Amino acid sequence: MSSLPDDPLAPGAPVPLAQLAPGSRAVIASVDLECGIGRRLLDLGFVPATVVSVLRRAPLGDPISYEIRGTRICLRRSEAARILVHPDRNEAGA
Amino acid sequence: MSEAVLGLPPLGPLRLGLLGSPNSGKTTLFNALTGLRARVGNYPGVTVERREGSLVIDDRPMVVMDLPGIYSLDPLSPDEAVVTRVLAGELADRPDALIVVADACSLERSLLLVAQVLRRNLPTCLVLTMTDELHARGGRLDLPRLERALGVPVCGVVGHRGLGMGELRALLGRPEAWSRPPILPPEDAVERAAWADSVLSSVVEQRPGVSRFTEAVDRIVLHPALGIALFAVVMVTFFQLIFAWATPAMDAIDAGLGSAGRAVHGLLPAGLLADFVSDGLFAGLGAVLIFVPQITLLFALLYLLEDVGYMARAAFVIDRVMGRIGLEGRSFVSLLSSYACAVPGIMATRTIPSPRNRLVTILVAPLMTCSARLPIYALLIGAFVPVVPVLGPLGLQGLVLLGLYVLGAASALAVAALLKRTVLPGEGLPFYMELPPYRVPTVRLWLGQIWGSVSSFLRRAGSIILLANVLLWALLNFPRVEPPSGATPAEASRYAVEKSLAGRAGHAIEPLIAPLGFDWKIGAGLLGSLAAREVIVSTLAQIYSSTEGEHSLRRAVREDRDPRTGRLVFTPATVAALLVFFVFALQCLSTIAVMRRETNSWRWPAFAFTYLLVLAYTASFATQRVVGALFGSA
Repeated sequence: MSSLPDDPLAPGAPVPLAQLAPGSRAVIASVDLECGIGRRLLDLGFVPATVVSVLRRAPLGDPISYEIRGTRICLRRSEAARILVHPDRNEAGA
Repeated sequence: MSEAVLGLPPLGPLRLGLLGSPNSGKTTLFNALTGLRARVGNYPGVTVERREGSLVIDDRPMVVMDLPGIYSLDPLSPDEAVVTRVLAGELADRPDALIVVADACSLERSLLLVAQVLRRNLPTCLVLTMTDELHARGGRLDLPRLERALGVPVCGVVGHRGLGMGELRALLGRPEAWSRPPILPPEDAVERAAWADSVLSSVVEQRPGVSRFTEAVDRIVLHPALGIALFAVVMVTFFQLIFAWATPAMDAIDAGLGSAGRAVHGLLPAGLLADFVSDGLFAGLGAVLIFVPQITLLFALLYLLEDVGYMARAAFVIDRVMGRIGLEGRSFVSLLSSYACAVPGIMATRTIPSPRNRLVTILVAPLMTCSARLPIYALLIGAFVPVVPVLGPLGLQGLVLLGLYVLGAASALAVAALLKRTVLPGEGLPFYMELPPYRVPTVRLWLGQIWGSVSSFLRRAGSIILLANVLLWALLNFPRVEPPSGATPAEASRYAVEKSLAGRAGHAIEPLIAPLGFDWKIGAGLLGSLAAREVIVSTLAQIYSSTEGEHSLRRAVREDRDPRTGRLVFTPATVAALLVFFVFALQCLSTIAVMRRETNSWRWPAFAFTYLLVLAYTASFATQRVVGALFGSA
């Protein structure tokens, strides 16, 4: 269910989760722990090496809902920008 | 505490702490264990509700503490810290054992919390809820293996149907016998997730797919166009519910208590006691009960949509708009309800997860134009704003009324943004929200939630509202004075108000309110309107001795002149200033009582009253000057 951050399928520099389009999948590379929110994101399951899928944007464009560890969590762009991911190219390109 | 230190078994009932994330089915399980007999209170210093219920298993009395729903034992705010402080025995008696509740379908996430709880080293068991949903979604869990992997007892239940409850009760009866984990889970977040994954890989026979049903419904409910349309329909329904559909029941309560008061008045010998019972006690009782239809209807819809899973979606849809002013999606329902009445509006903030956003919403809710302001708006606009068509069917009177609504709403948004930056600063909690799977609500739980809200309003805010109304009645009726001989009944009525404590207070504050153009009569009316804003109309009616309905009162206020200067009392500037005063001032003891009840302190209602009074006075003064300059002399 999880792959290592340096998985050969997900090479290259990680990108912020907020940039991914709905329908894409990614593996979490790192979470910004500078502030309180980073700790909470870890508690919600946004842990490095975990797979996250982008479900959909809210009708007004923000927030965005994600599927993570069996739950649907929505985050605003500002929060999702603190999570860096390796996009899953096979899925994202499809 | 001392027993725990000495290692002796605790005296009194065994205390079980019920712990779990929001949407884990914790409340359903709490109700299934304890019936609906929860004792509700507050933890000192925070706004979090404290719920405890008792049960007896094998003749052993037990207390179940329903701890607030949390995603982590690593608190980010004082309100979140309640759970950790309870576990440390700082806020309440330390629980003797813990029941961790987790949704079987999202065990992957829940195990992260389980790991933190296990590290607390208290006797712990894990209860998996929604096992029926897990099976329906094709998932299968090996519970005995999960028990071995975690080292603690595990029990699967379907709380609302009572399945598995027998086993659970048997388990809860003897926490001394619960197994303890041989090795504690890791503390580090990344290692903890790896631990959860390894536990899962040994116990999951079949992963549940994402709920296809929820996905299908979301495709419609969160559709860019349909989603907004549905949101609008739901919000209009909320508004109608409180604004219109509650009215017949409210009128019935009003009329019923009115005639009951008159009947009792007739039975008692005429005099002070009869007046007190009908105008003080029954009117005060009416002031409390009048809110029950609105609160019942609001919470019926709110909890229904919450239990189904829609409220989180509604918040998801509107979050962007509310986020602009520093609030979150869930504040929307509360502010919208406050258009009808701030009392249910403030109570609706209970569903806002972030305590800070909840507090800001509570503090600005009184700025939304509630229906109790309409009578005074109607009186003043009807009496002083000419009937002039402006744009099609829209006349000048309607425009002024619309302007007052817009002024209130715009101020609420501005104040909310300001409060987030000044009084309640700090980064605060990040925004995150779980979109739970859609579920069929349980009628019993739903009714219990509605009753819980209504009864807590009656017990904890109702008593303050009743007392305040009786006190205001006394202010308007004491001391008793003999009217001058030969006075007509109308003159006697006016004389009684003028010489009452409220009338004297009106005179006393006259120098303070004179800059706004208000005289003692408006001052007395403002004091009376603290019971409810519309009371100013009846106080003015009493002062102007207008008994023939609103038309004579309109004429009376239009023609009233200052006996010393001979000038009109209600100049355009004064009327505008009074309208603006009512837009801002927190002239409502019921709102204050509910704020006190919801924030568990007098500090926030005192703050709200003060800031709104300062705002009202300043805006009113400015309006008096500007309108006075426009219309010539003030």
